[in-house]
This record gives sequence, C-alpha cells and structure tokens, in this order.
Amino acid sequence: MKENEKPEKGNQIIEEAAQAEYKYGFVTDIDTEVIPKGLDEDVVRRISALKGEPEWLLEFRLKAYRHWLTLKAPTWGHVHVPEIDFQDISYYAAPRQKKPGEGPKEIDPELKKTFDKLGIPLEEQLRLSGMAVDAVMDSVSVKTTYRERLAELGVIFCSMSEAVKDYPDLVRKYLGKVVPYTDNFYAALNSAVFSDGSFVYIPKGVRCPMELSTYFRINAAQTGQFERTLIVADDDAYVSYLEGCTAPMRDENQLHAAIVEIIVEDRAEVKYSTVQNWYPGDKDGKGGIYNLVTKRGLCRGDHSKLSWTQVETGSAITWKYPSCVLKGDHSVGEFYSVALTNNWQEADTGTKMIHLGKHSTSTIVSKGISAGHSQNSYRGMVKIAPKATGCRNFTQCDSLLLSDTSGAHTFPVIEVGNDTSVVEHEATTSKINEDQIFYCNQRGIPTEDAVGLIVNGYAKEVMSKLPMEFAVEAQKLLSVSLEGAVG
Amino acid sequence: MNALKQYIDLFDETRALIEAQSPALLNAVRANAREQLETARLPRKGSEDYEATDLEAVFAHDYGVNVNRLPFDADPGETFHCDVPNMSTCLYYSSNDAFHSSATAERNIGQVVVEPFSMAAVDHPELMNAYYGKLAKMSDPTVALNSLLVQDGLFIYVPDGVVAERPIQLVNIFNAALDMMVQRRLLIIVGKNAAIRILACDHTQSPDYRYLNNQVIEIVAMQGSRVDYYDMEESTPKTSRVSSIYVDQHEGSNVLIDGITLINGFTRNNYHVEVNGEHAETHLLGMTIASGEQHVDSHTFISHNAPRCNSNEMFKYVLNDNAVGAFAGKILVKPNCPRVEAYQGNRNLCGAPTAKMYTKPQLEIYTDDVMCSHGSAVGQLDEEALFYMRSRGIGIEEARRLLMQAFVADVIDGVRLDALKDRLHYLVEKRFAGTLSNCAGCMAACKKS
Repeated sequence: MKENEKPEKGNQIIEEAAQAEYKYGFVTDIDTEVIPKGLDEDVVRRISALKGEPEWLLEFRLKAYRHWLTLKAPTWGHVHVPEIDFQDISYYAAPRQKKPGEGPKEIDPELKKTFDKLGIPLEEQLRLSGMAVDAVMDSVSVKTTYRERLAELGVIFCSMSEAVKDYPDLVRKYLGKVVPYTDNFYAALNSAVFSDGSFVYIPKGVRCPMELSTYFRINAAQTGQFERTLIVADDDAYVSYLEGCTAPMRDENQLHAAIVEIIVEDRAEVKYSTVQNWYPGDKDGKGGIYNLVTKRGLCRGDHSKLSWTQVETGSAITWKYPSCVLKGDHSVGEFYSVALTNNWQEADTGTKMIHLGKHSTSTIVSKGISAGHSQNSYRGMVKIAPKATGCRNFTQCDSLLLSDTSGAHTFPVIEVGNDTSVVEHEATTSKINEDQIFYCNQRGIPTEDAVGLIVNGYAKEVMSKLPMEFAVEAQKLLSVSLEGAVG
Repeated sequence: MNALKQYIDLFDETRALIEAQSPALLNAVRANAREQLETARLPRKGSEDYEATDLEAVFAHDYGVNVNRLPFDADPGETFHCDVPNMSTCLYYSSNDAFHSSATAERNIGQVVVEPFSMAAVDHPELMNAYYGKLAKMSDPTVALNSLLVQDGLFIYVPDGVVAERPIQLVNIFNAALDMMVQRRLLIIVGKNAAIRILACDHTQSPDYRYLNNQVIEIVAMQGSRVDYYDMEESTPKTSRVSSIYVDQHEGSNVLIDGITLINGFTRNNYHVEVNGEHAETHLLGMTIASGEQHVDSHTFISHNAPRCNSNEMFKYVLNDNAVGAFAGKILVKPNCPRVEAYQGNRNLCGAPTAKMYTKPQLEIYTDDVMCSHGSAVGQLDEEALFYMRSRGIGIEEARRLLMQAFVADVIDGVRLDALKDRLHYLVEKRFAGTLSNCAGCMAACKKS
C-alpha cells in the first residue's frame, strides 16, 4: 500500500466535510437602500451627505479617495485576489426604515429574524446573556442595545454615524490616527467610503461591566461592506469587545474591506475577539467573501495591553493582520489565532508587533488548519526598535495539514535592533498524528470524533482566550467546518 | 541610478577581448546574460529577500575588472606555505580569478579532475556543456553579471564510484594594487556513489583596497554521492562578496555546505538547493562572527521536489558593535512529496546595543504527510550562566567568550572532518579573543615565510 493512501473511511469523511453546507447562507428580504454601483467623488460626497456628516469628515473621505486613486492593489499576499472591478460595486447599502426621518424605535421584524437565525442575542435574549450588541448589516448599524446602562458608567458604545453626530470631538481626535488613510490600498478605500461601524469609548478608570459585541452581515447582492470600528480605552479602563461576521450564499464574490483602530492609554486593557465566518464560497470555490481588512491597535500608554483573538473559518480570501504598535513602556501585545481553511479558501493572516516602548512584551500564537484544496499562510513581523530595550517576544505558529492537496506556509519577519531584547520564533508543519487517531480508535472513538478531539485540543490554546459566549460558537464553527475533514 | 550599467557598458566595449580569452561555452551564454541584465535591477535595501542588504550600493563602486587577464603576482604558492595540522590536502589557489595548482595537488589528486574551465572545455566538453550554467538562475542579476564577465573558472569532477581520499583545498586570494571586482566560478560534478570534500577559504592580502567577489558555484550531486563543501571567509573590512551556490541533488545523495564568516566587510551568501531524488539528504550550516561594521546576509532556499528526502539547516550569528546580520530561509515542499522531513534553525546573539539582526524563516508546504519546522531566536547570553562562571572566579570577558564559543560550537560540530573541526575551534577562539591575524584564519594554517 502506498504511504500516502488513506483508509476508505478517511476519504468518505473528507467528502462529507467537503459537502458540509454553509449554514448561515440565507438572504433577508428587507428593503435596502443602495447607491448605484460605481465610485467617484460624487459617490463619496453622496455617502457623506446621506449620513449627514460634518465638513471635516467629508474632507477626510475626499483626501482618502484622492490618495486611493494613486495606489495599486497589493499583490504580495499568498492569495489570489482576482482583479476587482471597483466600479462594479455598490458602496452603500442601508436597510431602509419604514418611516423615514424617524429614528429606529423598533427593529424591523425581518431583520430581527435574521439575527435570530444567527442566534445572536438581541432584545430579551440580550438581557439574559448580558451582552451589549451593535449589529451592522451591510453597512449601517441597525441597533445598539444596552446603551443606557453603559451610559451610566460613561461608556460610549454606539454606531460610528451616531458617534460622528454626538461625539464629533472624540471621533475627530482619534479617527485615522492608528490606521491613516495612506496606510494601504484597502485602508484608503475604506477611509473614502466607510459607511458605518462601531465606536467605543471607555472613560478613565472604568471597567466595562459587560462584553461589547458587534455582528456584521453583508446582505444585499453586489455590495461591499466597509465598516470602521474605533475603540478608545482611556487610562486604567478595560473593555472586552467581540466581533462576529456572516454573509449569505451568493455566486459572485463580495468585498469586505474594514478598518479597526484601537487606542489603549496608560494601564488600560482592550481585548478584541473575532469569530469570522463570512461565506467561504461553495465546494468548487465559487463565490465567497474577500475579507481584506486592516486592524491595528496602538498601545500608547505605559503598561497598556491589547489582546487580539481571532477564529477565522470563513471567507474565500482572508488578508488580515491585526497588529499592535507597542509604544508605551511595559506595554503588552497579544495575538491568538486559529485559521481554518477548507475547499478552495485562501487565508493569509498573521500579525505585526512593533516594539517602540521599553520592556514591552508580545506573544503570538497562531494555529493554521488547512483542508481540501485550501492555502493557509501565517505572515508576521516582530520589530524591535533600537531604543526599545528589554523587550520580549515569543511566537509560535503551527500548521496542521488535513489533505495532500492543501498548503500551509509561514512567512515571519524578525528585526531586532538592540542587545537587550529577546525574540523567539517557532513553527511546525505536519499532518494530524496517525498514532493519536489510532489510539482513539483503539479506545472505541470513531475517526471522525477523534479528529474533532485532536483538532480541538490543537486549537485549545487559542479558544481558551475567547470570552465564554464566543468560545461556544467558535467551537461549534470549528466542528461544522471541519466535520471529519481528516482521514 | 543603475549600478549594472557600468558593467554592461564595459562588456559592450571589450566583448571581443573577453570572448577571445574564454572557452566557447562560456561565450555561448553571454548573449542571454546581456539580455537579462538589460531590464534587471540590483535589489535595494527593503526589497523582497533583501530586507537589510543593498546590493545596488555594493556594485555601484567603480571597481576595476581584469578584462585583459593580466597576471598580478607570482605563484601564490610561493607566498602561502599552507598546511592543515593532521590533514593532508590537495591544494589549489586562486589569485584574484586565476587558478594555480600546487605540487601536493598534482602528486595526490588521483582520479579526481581539478582544472580550469579552459582545460576542461577540451578534456571534458560533454560534462561542461551538460552542466555549465544549467543550475544557476540567470534571473538573479548577480548570476547574470557573473555569466556576462567570467573568463575562466574551476572545474572539479569526481568520476562515478571514486571516493577522493584527500580533501581538495582551494585558497582564494585577493591581491591587487587597485579596487577590483572578480567573477569566480566553480562547477563541481560528483558522479554516482562518488565522494569529495572541498575546503575553500577567502582571503585578502592588501587591506587598503576595495574588492568585490561575485561568485557562482554550481554543484551536481549524482545518485548516492557525498559532497562536503566548507566555505570560510576571512578577508578585510573593505572586501565584499556575493556568493551564490546552486545545488542539484539526485537520489540518495548527501550534501553538506558549511559557510563560515569570521572577518569580512559585506557578504551575501545565497544557497539554492533543488532536491530531486528520494532519500537525499541536505545539510546547510552557517556561522557568522561579526563585529565592527561587518554585514553578513545569508539566504537559503531548499526545494524538496521528491518524496522521502530530508534537510537540516542551522545558522548561528554572533553580532557585536555595529554589525548587521540577516538570515532568510525558505523550505518548499512540492505537492506529492510525502515523508519529507525538514528542519531549519536560526539562532542569534546580539552582543551590543547597536548590532542589528533581521531574520525571516519561511515554510511553504504543499503536501500533508511531512514534518517541517523552523525556529528562530534573537537574544543575549544567559545572565545566570555568566553569573555562575564569575562566581567560580572566571572574569566577565573570559566568561562571555567561553559562552559565545559554546554557542557556535554545534555548527562547528556539524563539520565532517575532525582535523578541520579542531582547526575551526581554534580559529573561533582566536576570533573571539580578537587575536585573529589576517593570515592565521586560513584553514590551511598559513605560515607566511
């Protein structure tokens, strides 16, 4: 028997897994207000006008748009982003309110059903689970719950468009400070056309009593979603923020180019968790979301801490590097990631840890799992500036290969500019251990369950960093996406 | 600015002269090289795989090129009386880019063929034609430049089944009273079940001039062959070197390449290994001890194109003062190559606040049944170990030296020649102690008369 041959059962399981349906693939039939396809200065002005934005924000958008025109789409990723026709995308799709001009008193029942299907807590469910949710559908924030309770503590949690109206000074002070519109191609595009997103501000000394959460969903066809999230944690503040994403099944590819900016002041801590489950395309690689996002946090204060946790199971193409700029002395950056790719998905994800402050530390744990014909890459950078003495970094990135047609790659870059910092990097790539499967089989555990156990154990280090509510969903997601993808 | 232009212009002016003095098969590829260089640019600092290294700046200097092949010096064998303790070698010299044999070599060479390209083109035209320029990638501008200007090289051939008893020793010397660039070129063909060990060392005799060695080495390891290539650089702060080693490994072959940099100015070492047969083994070792303004950049690429082969890489850097170290390594496992085992390690010591290290280990895997890993670390000497030694009465400098020696010891221990191992331990000790003289570094333990 050839060495790379697998037992019959294994093949069957892989087939089943390959055929596992995307269970969030439904379209919500609600009225959507869409700006016609195409992008020019008028569209940028129209988005701004629709949202009733102040002059400075329009200027920001226009500057970003003009800069975007001078840029070319990046091609260095280990992903195949086909040439995107940016004129063939609608840049604004808002669920239309039944009574225009009046604020949302009640949520559209259709929309609520959507969220019910997703199982996210809204209204009553929300009180039970104790989460505050801001749901962003296509591009507009639908409703932010729990706002009053948070307001008592001085915590601001609202949609970006409301923040622009209600807290223009705060938004103006922080918007574009971590990810400037000149940062990269997609960041420039987002800065020009971003429609909504969440804004969080935690005042000095406040520990946010509940997890803040945003759910993103692309619903309308041929639209892109360009949301923008801004989180500011003032001195001694703490917040844990969750983000979930889904999209319905569609034949054509859809674009998602978001920006997340986080600012962490002295002794503050921000925990940002993502469970990303955009539609990954069907088993032949047709359709799916292009998830091309820029996420970056600035640990500006001394002893500040920023922790990214992500579980990436969806999207046809993922191109995302949540990063930390560790500017404050003794600041801490963390990155925990599980990226699972199946069928024809491509993921190029990782992080950047830029150490500028003395004695700053960072930890990177990345677990990649590739099945089917997918390609999964870790790309990271750890940079220690010459003046950042006494820094410490530990990086571990492991890849698990579940099929002989998939690929796993690691591209780390390490730059150390002084003699008191220690940087370590480790990476391994291997297939699932046959001895472990055999051991489980021997104890009466079928191969499929054994694989589930092993993969869950493999990802546990990251899963355990997720808040409880999300850990359950993430674990389910992993098993759905993986269902016996190993033989 | 395009640093290549001056060399293209030089070639255009002197083409007839260059071609008249070279074997025909070297001339045959020049047109292609010329064409490649037309659109090529030398990588600048920050471009892909050149994060810390600016080749454009290195080549931009106005170096002299010995187009006329004027003899510079008397036989270097007369000034270099070389001997490795406890080891008998067949000794060859290259003075700038001209090769010289020695009496020991002629006496002991046996069935192994070592001769300049000009002779090899007559004696072994079929081998030269089959392998010259076939491995080296002309898309790399430094390889194209070498192919454009090279006039001679050294051909080493070990026929099938021949196990060379004595190692071949190649002493490369820069010696000219002007700034100079040379194109060194080696073609090494090791036949089926044959074995050879090659020791190469680079020296510069006149430290006041700027030299640039742009060398290309092609190694073909046939079925079941065994090749050891030890490469040591011990030149001067004004000497630059761009070295590209291309290896083609067949079934069951075993190749070890060990690159050691003790003293240099600027060095870029490229290792490009294509593993084309099952059960082939590849070992790449590297050790750099750098201080002052030394710049050492190693780039490795191992492509596993067959199942059941394995590779092992270990590169260690000790950086002091303003030294800059860079390492980028990639392991590629192509589809349908199960049971590949590949390991890559890069460990670095930064011993001064101004020393810089850039490292980029990479894995690109397209087969599931493999075991591949890489590890990379940048750090300092263990404070506790230092404290322990000081508490036992060893001075701080001595303790640091001992620990640094221990740090690089495992790269030296990978050497498969005991006499050379001892010699390297001795040289590293002297290097750390700062007493390594320009000549003492020669693997051949030169005793200058």
